[in-house]
Amino acid sequence: MGDLQIKKSAKQYDAVIVGSGAGGGMAAYILANAGLKVCLVEAGPMYDPRTNVTQFKNPWESPRRGASTKYRPFGDFDACYWGWEIDGEPYTKESGTQWDWWRARMLGGRTNHWGRISLRFGPKDFKRRSIDGLGENWPIGYDDIKPFYDRVDKMIGVFGTNEGLENDPDGFFLPPPKPRLHELMIKKAGIASGVPVIPSRLSILTKALPGNKDRGECMFCAQCGRACSYAYADFSSSSVLVNPALKTGNVDLVVNAMVREVMTDREGKATGVSYVSKDDMNEYQVNGRVVILAASACESARILLNSKSQRHPNGLANSSNVVGKYLHDSTGTAMGGVLPQLFGRKRYNEDGVGGMHVYSPWWGDNKKLDFPRGYHIEYWGGMGQPAYGVGWGTEGMNGKYTVNGQKKEAGGYGASLKEDVRYFYGASVGMAGRGEALSLESNYCAIDPNVVDKYGIPVLKFNVKWSEHEINQAKHMKETFREIMHNMGAIITWGDDGTKENNYGIDTPGKIIHEAGTIRMGDDSKKSALNKWSQAHDCPNLFNVDGGQFVSQADKNITWTILALSMRASEYIIDEMKKQNL
Amino acid sequence: MDRRKSLKALALGTLSAGVLLEACGDGDKKAADDAAKASQPAGTIDRMKEEEAHYKQVTSSTFFTPEELATITILGDIIIPKDDVSGSASDAKVPEWIEFIVKDMPEHQVPMRGGLRWLDMQCLRRYEKAFKGCTQQQQMEMVDEIAWPAKAKPEMAQGVAFFNLIRNLTVTGFYTSEIGVKDIGYKGNTPNKWNGVPDDVLKQYNLAYTDKENKECASYT
Repeated sequence: MGDLQIKKSAKQYDAVIVGSGAGGGMAAYILANAGLKVCLVEAGPMYDPRTNVTQFKNPWESPRRGASTKYRPFGDFDACYWGWEIDGEPYTKESGTQWDWWRARMLGGRTNHWGRISLRFGPKDFKRRSIDGLGENWPIGYDDIKPFYDRVDKMIGVFGTNEGLENDPDGFFLPPPKPRLHELMIKKAGIASGVPVIPSRLSILTKALPGNKDRGECMFCAQCGRACSYAYADFSSSSVLVNPALKTGNVDLVVNAMVREVMTDREGKATGVSYVSKDDMNEYQVNGRVVILAASACESARILLNSKSQRHPNGLANSSNVVGKYLHDSTGTAMGGVLPQLFGRKRYNEDGVGGMHVYSPWWGDNKKLDFPRGYHIEYWGGMGQPAYGVGWGTEGMNGKYTVNGQKKEAGGYGASLKEDVRYFYGASVGMAGRGEALSLESNYCAIDPNVVDKYGIPVLKFNVKWSEHEINQAKHMKETFREIMHNMGAIITWGDDGTKENNYGIDTPGKIIHEAGTIRMGDDSKKSALNKWSQAHDCPNLFNVDGGQFVSQADKNITWTILALSMRASEYIIDEMKKQNL
Repeated sequence: MDRRKSLKALALGTLSAGVLLEACGDGDKKAADDAAKASQPAGTIDRMKEEEAHYKQVTSSTFFTPEELATITILGDIIIPKDDVSGSASDAKVPEWIEFIVKDMPEHQVPMRGGLRWLDMQCLRRYEKAFKGCTQQQQMEMVDEIAWPAKAKPEMAQGVAFFNLIRNLTVTGFYTSEIGVKDIGYKGNTPNKWNGVPDDVLKQYNLAYTDKENKECASYT
């Protein structure tokens, strides 16, 4: 490398967007289609499911048969690049606390990883403080966001059913797929315990999306996690938002660009961002009338906290001192086992869509329970594609259950063992709760004063602990799961290990990969970083459109709300620019 | 890279690999595809460059000695022999896969290497030969000492742990091979339309779709 110098782009963009996931992808799409000139900066490489294919591959096409690596923690065929650890990009934790930080580094960001579960927040989810006195109300209500949810439904596509539920609003749904065999059993078992089991709501095109020629109908391979190479039939930001945005000709996409900070002028207004290119290790600056952060709740907070200046000594948009605080993830715990009635079952293709066909929205009344917020239940099971781990532990099964009517000794080998593996295949069933955690000021990420990453950027240090609210909720999940498993005659083989000592098996914070709350919105600029338009109180031409802006995240996966809020903020930006306010 | 070129690169940031490929003629695209395939030693699936480097590094060395691999092959074919339905572990190249997977998952290395040596030492004491030099009858006698966890003698516990591991590796390696996937009867991984559980299966389990489900769910002709 020669002399280190900063390369400044001469081009003045209307908007510089950091991050190309759900929030950044939507902002790029809306702004570019309105004719604004956009620079979209992504920390990972280019990615397009059509050229980067892992779909319709057989297990033997992976040398490790689909097992996970640090590069692909959810398995070798998973579309997502990186996950819990990235070479050269560490993060730290306060001792005695836990936070695992998932980072997708690629075009489309974390939309390459998620389960396509697309749930609207309900009216109560924006006003929880009014209901239980905990946390904070959002500065907006359901009616403010509903028109945007409606448009996201129609523009991106989601299947489901209108059930008229008070806090799980109806939408514009494509028809859901019929339940699989184990899902019919789950439905019966759930209803017997008063747990509703209804069609899931996933952003997968079970029918062609009206008016969209670029995307096709689902081919039911169950592989949305690998991204849909053949039909773009699932929602990924790259194929559904960024590609169409690029086609407008109004977007310059810069990949492998790791943003250091937001630059500001003497008045404290944002002027653009500086980044280091992972390709050539040179330093760059790019300017825009507005800067939109959509790098993930924690990464966006990191950028703000690293953007210190005379006007913003505490980091940008942080005169309230809330940036990095109120960090929260969904709660989660799971249980699984086998359905003996499915041993030796008839074979047929039951792949279905990539994920569950049914789920359970929250049914309880928290006033009568010892935890304040609800959870939903996700389900799985059946005859999936064999992968690393298939047949593993047969010695724990074949001595316990008769095989084709025959009592056997545990373990063994030979033709008899092959019979056992075939017999037990496809009988598994499992479920997991995804609950709302309280967003607490005491749970936060901040800049580690001692550690930088390989680019010299100071890293985040996490300090997060569950409170009794989340732990009590996990206890209730375990009790519910046990009852549903029992109702359908399942044998629990794992996850029934919840005790007070292990916090009822609740996953450690971060593990559910729904980070939110670090740059929250609010009417009071002393208690929030953004106003209700996702706009920084301290810096009017700075916006945040990822999970950072969330005041609370309900028991609903947050992507659909990120999309709706990003669309709303983007149109606000267009309006304000027309009015010469930005 | 000089300043002007960098600026151009920035301005042309949209010219990603994918766009470039589209912009090329078909012949160029084929050449590019071929080149891409040639540079993907890990197979036909999308890999980022860090994964390719990791694969090269993992496969640049050999872990098992020829003797160890020979023993793995004998044990593998005892665990998964050819039967009426499908071939054996060695037919499905399971020993080669085990050689790879212990390098990819180093936590298996000591239990496998140590277990193989434990087995050889047992055989040496009993039969004055390492496992692979024993007669078939002696090999099966030895295997029967460690293949049945619930009835094995306490002093065989380390052998049971080893046999559990090699049984699991062999089974999972076999049932993720082309031969094994056919054997287990997995019917998916192919474009299709889901119309629900087949009628005869619903009948078998005394289940039925509700009118609501039949009406609101997607169906295809």
